[in-house]
Amino acid sequence: MIARVLTTGLIAGLVAGLAVAALQHFTTTPLILASEVYEAAQHAHDGGEASAALSGLSRTAATSAATIAVSIGYALILLAAMLFSGDAIAPRRAALWGACAFAATGLATSLGLAPQLPGMAETDLAVRQIWWLATALSTGAGLFALLRLDSTAAKIAGVVLIVAPHFFAPQPATPESTAPAELAARFAAASLAVQAISWALAGALAGLVWRLQSRQQELS
Amino acid sequence: MNAKSSANAAALPSSRLEALKAAVVALTLGFGLVWLAGFAYPESVHDAAHDTRHALSFPCH
Repeated sequence: MIARVLTTGLIAGLVAGLAVAALQHFTTTPLILASEVYEAAQHAHDGGEASAALSGLSRTAATSAATIAVSIGYALILLAAMLFSGDAIAPRRAALWGACAFAATGLATSLGLAPQLPGMAETDLAVRQIWWLATALSTGAGLFALLRLDSTAAKIAGVVLIVAPHFFAPQPATPESTAPAELAARFAAASLAVQAISWALAGALAGLVWRLQSRQQELS
Repeated sequence: MNAKSSANAAALPSSRLEALKAAVVALTLGFGLVWLAGFAYPESVHDAAHDTRHALSFPCH
């Protein structure tokens, strides 16, 4: 069982990750590179230096590797969630789990922390990371309570879990971004779309690979 | 929580126990990978994953 889950997560995550990496290459990455031009110009104006640690092909390769790692992680998390809740693992159901995961890690978190381009005003990283994680986990648990549990108490708890994190959202930084507003707006939208596709694809492919493995086992 | 998952481990059918074990392993590894790519502090990891962190709206700087 463990080997089958890990193989499924690995294959689904690898394929989903490659597709998302290609999508990033044409959607979010060009906006990041453009924002870095403005950031570097500001640094040069201030007398400082700013340069990206990686560039060209090595940067694309590193970004793709990181995206594949995240996608394998997403696929494994979705598989774990379906196993914990006793669901049958199939493409459509897995994609729905992915959609809920996106609502937790993408939609809920972006309400307090909009996706950011490099060079945008920011607050303390650790505080933002803790709030992001807590909000994603709390929203996920809340959605589960709302959608899968029947008692009224569970549904109320679900709503509380979804709403509560937003009372503790980090204070937004004073806007002093070097990135033009149009770039930032396009990036925020593109980033949410890419994240939605990552989750849905990781889920759907995990369901598909799982089903293919079941067929293979039946045949052998 | 349904009756199945609230029963103690000894009462669980072995297939359910097997599934739960696999789920714990998958969850641990999944969170580990997302943590490494999305949150970990070492500079080399941050630099490599930088564009992905921004693109998938993980908090970054």
